[in-house]
Amino acid sequence: MPISLEVNGERVDAHVLPRLNLADFLREQLQLTGTHVGCEHGVCGACTVRVNGEIVRSCLMLAVQTNGASVQTIEGLSDSGEVADLQAAFRDRNALQCGFCTPGMLMAAQDLLKQQTEPGREQIREHLSGNYCRCTGYQAIVDAVETTARARGRRTA
Amino acid sequence: MSITSSNPEILSELDRPNSYIGKVVPRPNLERLMQGRGLYVSDMELARMGHVVFLRSPHAHARIAGIDAGAARQLPGVMAVVTGNELAAVITPWVGVLSHLKGLKSAPQHALAIDRVCWQGEAVAAIVATSRAVAEDAAEIVNVEYEELEAVTDMRTALDPDTPVIHPSLGDNLAFERNLDAGEVDAAFAGSDAVVEADFIFGRHTGVTLEPRSVVADWNAAEARLTIYQGTQAPHMVQNIAALHLGLEESQVRVVCKDVGGSFGIKVHIYADEMATYALSKLLRRPIKFVADRVESFNTDIHARDHRCRGRIGVGRDGVITAFEIDDLTGIGPYSMYPRTSAIEANQVVNLVGGPYVTRNYRARARVVFQNKNVMCQYRAVGHPIACSVTEGLVDLAAAKIGMDPVEIRRRNLIADNAYPCASPSGLRFELLSHHAAMNKLMTMMDYDALRAEQSALRASNIHRGIGIASFIEVTNPSAAFYGVGGAKISSQDGVAVRLDAQGSVICQTSITEQGQGSESLTAQIVGSVLGVSMERVRVILGDTDNTPYGGGTWASRGAGIGGEAALQAAKILRRNILDVAAAILQSSPAELDIVGDAIVNAVDGSSRMELREFARIVYFRPDTLPPGIQPELMATRHFVPREYPFAFTNGVQASWLEVDTDTGFVKLLRHWVVEDCGTIINPQLVDEQIRGGVVQGLGAALFEKCVYDERGQLTNANMADYLVPMSGEMPDIDVGHVVSPTSETELGAKGAGEAGTAGAAAAVANAVNDALRPFGVVITEIPLTPQIILTALGRI
Repeated sequence: MPISLEVNGERVDAHVLPRLNLADFLREQLQLTGTHVGCEHGVCGACTVRVNGEIVRSCLMLAVQTNGASVQTIEGLSDSGEVADLQAAFRDRNALQCGFCTPGMLMAAQDLLKQQTEPGREQIREHLSGNYCRCTGYQAIVDAVETTARARGRRTA
Repeated sequence: MSITSSNPEILSELDRPNSYIGKVVPRPNLERLMQGRGLYVSDMELARMGHVVFLRSPHAHARIAGIDAGAARQLPGVMAVVTGNELAAVITPWVGVLSHLKGLKSAPQHALAIDRVCWQGEAVAAIVATSRAVAEDAAEIVNVEYEELEAVTDMRTALDPDTPVIHPSLGDNLAFERNLDAGEVDAAFAGSDAVVEADFIFGRHTGVTLEPRSVVADWNAAEARLTIYQGTQAPHMVQNIAALHLGLEESQVRVVCKDVGGSFGIKVHIYADEMATYALSKLLRRPIKFVADRVESFNTDIHARDHRCRGRIGVGRDGVITAFEIDDLTGIGPYSMYPRTSAIEANQVVNLVGGPYVTRNYRARARVVFQNKNVMCQYRAVGHPIACSVTEGLVDLAAAKIGMDPVEIRRRNLIADNAYPCASPSGLRFELLSHHAAMNKLMTMMDYDALRAEQSALRASNIHRGIGIASFIEVTNPSAAFYGVGGAKISSQDGVAVRLDAQGSVICQTSITEQGQGSESLTAQIVGSVLGVSMERVRVILGDTDNTPYGGGTWASRGAGIGGEAALQAAKILRRNILDVAAAILQSSPAELDIVGDAIVNAVDGSSRMELREFARIVYFRPDTLPPGIQPELMATRHFVPREYPFAFTNGVQASWLEVDTDTGFVKLLRHWVVEDCGTIINPQLVDEQIRGGVVQGLGAALFEKCVYDERGQLTNANMADYLVPMSGEMPDIDVGHVVSPTSETELGAKGAGEAGTAGAAAAVANAVNDALRPFGVVITEIPLTPQIILTALGRI
């Protein structure tokens, strides 16, 4: 099926099979391999991307459903600088080890930070509770998100 | 405990100005991972690449009566459907035994099953196609005719005379047995004021790396060379094994390991489907990619910890422990894994029980049996969680029996900090541990007395909180004693090559590998510190058998202690070589010069004499200007392996503070503390995060994780919705403290830290749950501590 959408600000026209999911479309047809596939059944959060401003699990969405949509992946968020401060906080706090969950984790964290100016640690833990990380034990991630939230709060205050 | 080493040279080399040792510095490889620009094997695409999907047995034990792949072969896009007999033409079977594990036996295992399947998930055919989706379509129309055989699933009856023998040629289902009898155990129990015993039961669980196991194998028929891209912890081991079974020389196999999405011991083994992928590439003369899906991961990634251990402890009224005794039973699936074997975990349990304590009286039996379930093998903290949970559970039971505080009984029995060197009853040699210093630090960090008061006050409001303490020891920096002595071609030494490039930057090739622990960072920190070069100018290359020295890789908490020491020694040689040449150029002497901040300086006052960039320019492009007879060697290589101690033991203590809801059976983790001693700390942040991540894996085992098999050997929860892992919402903040007792075996003094968190976390939680439930008179010695287990113990369901 033909689809037309915007990915990281660029127009994309493609032919896809109806059964192709968004994660595989991004990874295999567009070579945007920053979106990772961890469980393929919507539990681990590694494939989290943004579709029309909302975060979704790209393994649970079909590529054809994004016809006409605007999709942003970690590559897009990195290049635009939108999450540069969050990435810096992750780096300074060593909030990633193997890095496989990190693109999805950054997506979910940025989603929270856009909704809440200064979320507490429990709120951060709750919002990230659909993103599995086997390496860090989560504390460093919570710290990095908390630090970023405070810094953004100071900038807008 | 003092940080100062008896070897003064440590300070001279590592406490240099601008040293990175002991400092928090960001890891150099994080940006690409955060921007989605890493390269995991699952991201790779090669020209002409085929994707393999394995058709796996739905039965735990069955004879393969026939395979009809006719329709599948006709499907457009299908390149080949290959069965076990066909693949056996290019790859030989293997047997997972090691000679130092006396009596260990196993049966030949094939890359693809031939005639018979022995666990649900064993691969029976490989379907190769232009895409994974097409291969999966084809797999659905391959018809395999099975004749189901009786499955051996319960380890407790695996050795019964009327239980079928899985491999008749082996005679029985006993893979391995070890017995140990040290001291005077019977007399010690007879002379005890109290003897307590309990059955400890551990749920079978698995690693759940977020990136599943992935391989791209690329046989280049023109070069007669196989390149294996694989997320592995041990590239040279993979090289050796692949070459051996494909009939190649090691020089014909290159293993490349880029970014790895989690390992934890899951990716240190050789799996049948990975061997099949190498073989398929050779057979089909094209690159073949295998990426396990999540269901396959649960069914085929090694499982661990399926133990039932009867434990017994004797104690005097004064709290002195008189003896330990254990009888451990574990079921490892139908084959001992290759090449590290599946007897190591039980062997470690025997080695480690009672390890922190003084008593010399210890008897142990461990039996390892075959069963028709997925294979079990070494996973993070191999055997330690079992040994620690049994030991610390028994110590708490003994304390309760004689009415003594759990901290006090430990203080009366932990090996004194000034008693080293010494050895355990099982023969483990301890160079220098710090149990008491660690316990003292823990008490301060957690404010133990205040917590006890809080616990007591809350009981009145029917709030049941508990404190659990678990002291532990941990095997790190293994020498050849682990695998090499048993005949495995798994190197215990590591090598590092360091060179100054033509612009005065440093390139460092190391045989240890990176899966997120910080191997690149610690190597750059050490090399930068010793050379006086800023870390930004040190580039670390790892994970490539063509481009690194030969070595073991990263497992068993060995990267920093062994690979780090090799890096230190190589950098020292390069530094000396640089200063020798610099002295000739500057008409000075090496002793009068130093390297600081990327420049050669006067040792006395630090004044700059020459930038390293300029030095490199002269050496590489104007050697004609050097004094006669000077031949600079700006590349140095050193290897290192521990020789004095078979293992560098570390120690520590963990504490859990939690609340049990006695109506719902839910456990809420409130706080967790760890004090550990890994010797010299190269980067405190990396160590702390290794500890925290390790603890959370242990907490998963304590509360959630279990592979649930039914009586027919079917894994009933092989997905992430039903197999629960720790998520951020349930995990507590974890406080980490350190005592520092460097090993004298190296200049660096570093011991391992990667597994300490996992070693003791479950024991601390189990002890805390029992502490919380003490008013109810129940003791639970089974993990995971699910609501069902807790409510059953409380008699509520």
